[in-house]
Amino acid sequence: MTDATLNTGGDRPGTSLATQDARTKRRNRAEARFKAYGLTAILIGIFFLVVLAVSIIRSGSPAFTRTIVGVEFTITQPQIDAAEGELFKTKAYQTLFIDALKQQLDARGMEMKFDEDSIERLLGKVGSTLREYYQANPDQIGTPVSFELAASSRVDGYLNGRLTRDSVKDSRFLMAADLDLVDALQEADIVRSSFNWTFITGADSGVDNPGGAGIGASVVGSFFMMLVVLVLSLPIGVAASIYLEEFAPQNKFTDLIEVNISNLAAVPSIVFGILGLAVFIQFAHLPQSAPLVGGLVLTLMTLPTIIISTRASLRAVPPSIRDAALGVGASKMQSVFHHVLPLAMPGILTGTIIGLAQALGETAPLLLIGMVGFVARGYPDGVVSGFMDPNSAMPAQIYTWAARADPSFYEKAWGGIIVLLVFLLTMNIIAIILRRRFERRW
Amino acid sequence: MPLLWLILIVLAIATAGYVLGRSRVMAGAGGDSRDLHSLPSYYGYNVALKVVLPSFLLLLVWLLAQPMIVNGTVAADIPESAIPDGSSRDLIMSEVRRTAEGLDNAVAQGLMTEDFARSARSDFNDVTQRLKDAGQIVTAQVTQPILEAAQRYRVMNDTGNLILTALVVLVALAGAAWGLREMRPEFRARNVVERVVHGVLVAAASVAILTTLGIVLSLVFNTIEFFRLYPAWDFFFGTTWSPSFTGRGGSSELGVLPLLWGTFYISIVALLVAVPVGLFAAIYLSEYASPRVRSFAKPMLEVLAGIPTIVYGLFALLTVGPLLMAVFGKDGLGWMQAGTAVMTAGLVMGIMLIPFVSSLSDDIINSVPQAMRDGSYGLGATKSETIRQVVLPAALPGIVGAILLAASRAIGETMIVVLGAGAAARLSLNPFEAMTTVTAKIVSQLTGDADFASPEALVAFALGMTLFVITLGLNIFALYIVRKYREQYE
Repeated sequence: MTDATLNTGGDRPGTSLATQDARTKRRNRAEARFKAYGLTAILIGIFFLVVLAVSIIRSGSPAFTRTIVGVEFTITQPQIDAAEGELFKTKAYQTLFIDALKQQLDARGMEMKFDEDSIERLLGKVGSTLREYYQANPDQIGTPVSFELAASSRVDGYLNGRLTRDSVKDSRFLMAADLDLVDALQEADIVRSSFNWTFITGADSGVDNPGGAGIGASVVGSFFMMLVVLVLSLPIGVAASIYLEEFAPQNKFTDLIEVNISNLAAVPSIVFGILGLAVFIQFAHLPQSAPLVGGLVLTLMTLPTIIISTRASLRAVPPSIRDAALGVGASKMQSVFHHVLPLAMPGILTGTIIGLAQALGETAPLLLIGMVGFVARGYPDGVVSGFMDPNSAMPAQIYTWAARADPSFYEKAWGGIIVLLVFLLTMNIIAIILRRRFERRW
Repeated sequence: MPLLWLILIVLAIATAGYVLGRSRVMAGAGGDSRDLHSLPSYYGYNVALKVVLPSFLLLLVWLLAQPMIVNGTVAADIPESAIPDGSSRDLIMSEVRRTAEGLDNAVAQGLMTEDFARSARSDFNDVTQRLKDAGQIVTAQVTQPILEAAQRYRVMNDTGNLILTALVVLVALAGAAWGLREMRPEFRARNVVERVVHGVLVAAASVAILTTLGIVLSLVFNTIEFFRLYPAWDFFFGTTWSPSFTGRGGSSELGVLPLLWGTFYISIVALLVAVPVGLFAAIYLSEYASPRVRSFAKPMLEVLAGIPTIVYGLFALLTVGPLLMAVFGKDGLGWMQAGTAVMTAGLVMGIMLIPFVSSLSDDIINSVPQAMRDGSYGLGATKSETIRQVVLPAALPGIVGAILLAASRAIGETMIVVLGAGAAARLSLNPFEAMTTVTAKIVSQLTGDADFASPEALVAFALGMTLFVITLGLNIFALYIVRKYREQYE
């Protein structure tokens, strides 16, 4: 004690802890700065998350609405006869439609000049739609029918702000003058927007028809793939984990398995695609683009994830459970299958769901085995065809849309991402609920 | 679906075997299960396993072998004269398979009789047209050798399937008989069943080894094939990447260096974003944050890790790219030509890696013993001084390991670079130029191309090999460092 007081006479002047000298201030400032860096880093991370979420929602939500033109329409038998007598029949129907539209605008006291070409640019081939309708439903002739016709994707873009009046270049797709008509129709409440069911239920359309593209078929493809992944990876993953955690002796073979699992978890996903291409398609001659093959590849990819989480939850079951089971005469196998496994099940299921969610969002390997978006042209006919026939999956479909030149598809891609994220979110929420409800702390 | 029926039949035999075995052994013990060696259900399982395992094993082996044998035999029978110039036996074989499939469909739809499908001759009957009517896509006129081969293909497959069905059912029944013969009360059923289950567990664990083996073999064989067509020296040291799309004449230059440069450049940009942000976030979370902030911020960051990479790819292409263009493009500083560039992909990949770096570093910083911090505080150091001078140096090896793992992620990442980095392979230092990576080229060389014979398709396997070796090396090294570090403090 006395030694310490001797030092006060040294090169440091006597200071009080209550007053901060320059060095203390500097150190405190450095402290505050350092803390601020850390906080900034967190805020940057959260900021990116928010930007991502906002751009997804803002760019993706238009995919769920579409613009329709609602026109009430009465056509009489003489008109039909006259139209059928013409050389260009659909054109005659189109003229009928334009007349009706003009009448509706006149009735609202608005006068607009427009011609057939602008209608074709805005609504596509109206005439053939009308003709097909009346040929299929001849009893509707003479009675008022209200048609809801889908507007072209560029009109969609104009109404939801993707295109502005200035950015529209006059082309065969859309003229700036057409937008006056759109404005007028909107004012007359003839142009409305409605929920786009085609996007949810439809299949991929051709390159030239962004309006008709839907994600439904690839959702089904993803579903069949996930079925394969679940049926294969859960039993194999659990069996492998039980072996490694409960039975494996300490030897070279066990080490080899352990090293392999930890390395497979870090192998780039595209390498699994190459594996699938070479082994399942080149070597085993399984059909290309089939959800079965996609499921097999994703199974191999998710196995390490499932094994790692399953082992963690097996390890979390206290040894006293095993000891008690062995003590009353159960065999080692019985103690594991009757006692440890059921107790570890919630953790295993949680890990499996998270593994499935990871697999659901994986794209690159699917592209290599041919599950690209444009093969998803329709729904499979049945269960077998669901596994074996060419189909796409949600992320691959999104990629195909994003890679197309027409910007109208970008909106679909964002919309597809919203659908994908809804699935992922649901799976993760189920996993969290499972963990909250059933996980036991020992 | 005959296969499905076959599986159901085997399962039915197994169920029957279970019930029979159980009741038989109970009858043998006079209805008193205490006289049995094992629980009654084990006797049932013993029979069921002896039905299911051998027959499913046979089924699996047969299903793998049959297409290979049939393909081989039929392909060998196609006369040399039937293969046109510029085509190959493989291409003809796929045409044969399509024709055979078309014949199957036509018979199923009732457009052809089975007899017609077996004996039709393309020079007398208009088979091509009839196949097209049945909805089959046949690329060209079906010639007589192809049709003959297709007919042979169908006959062989039909016979194969028939033999398979008979054999599998026979094996299942034999298994049941074998199991039932053993049903005596003193038979050690539990031990047998447990040995089998143990074997199944070992087999499941070996899937990991098989997967690695499959990856290595599929890469090695195709890479060797590639180097037979294209000199290895030019691949590893060539500075030009310009595959010819016609796939003929060998005019492609397939040098990997520009791709590797693009890969590393983008990864470096990504790490420059992810490492500082991730590391500081980890430090803040583990040393400064109150439990409430931590319980909110940590999951928020981890959400970034759960987002599929395709989302990041689209984000790069449609949000970040145009944003960077607005600043560095024609209207801004004029450095950037297009939205897809090293910077775009690197930045977005960096965002993706933030949670990866932060959660790994968080674990590592937390595993530095509290005593070291307390010692530092006791000497009067502030919190930041403790972190900088005590915690970080102690955690450094682990953090380096984490960064290496992140680097291997960045190198293997595909969708972000496919969408965000552009398609041009070039050696340049300008981060605002479009470059491409190994992974992006694997995708573009293998998508939509069914011909594995050309160097342009096979190069993808050599690229995959390069990628696999690099990431594997990084991973092993990083895991080694991390493990060494953990042992230090345990």
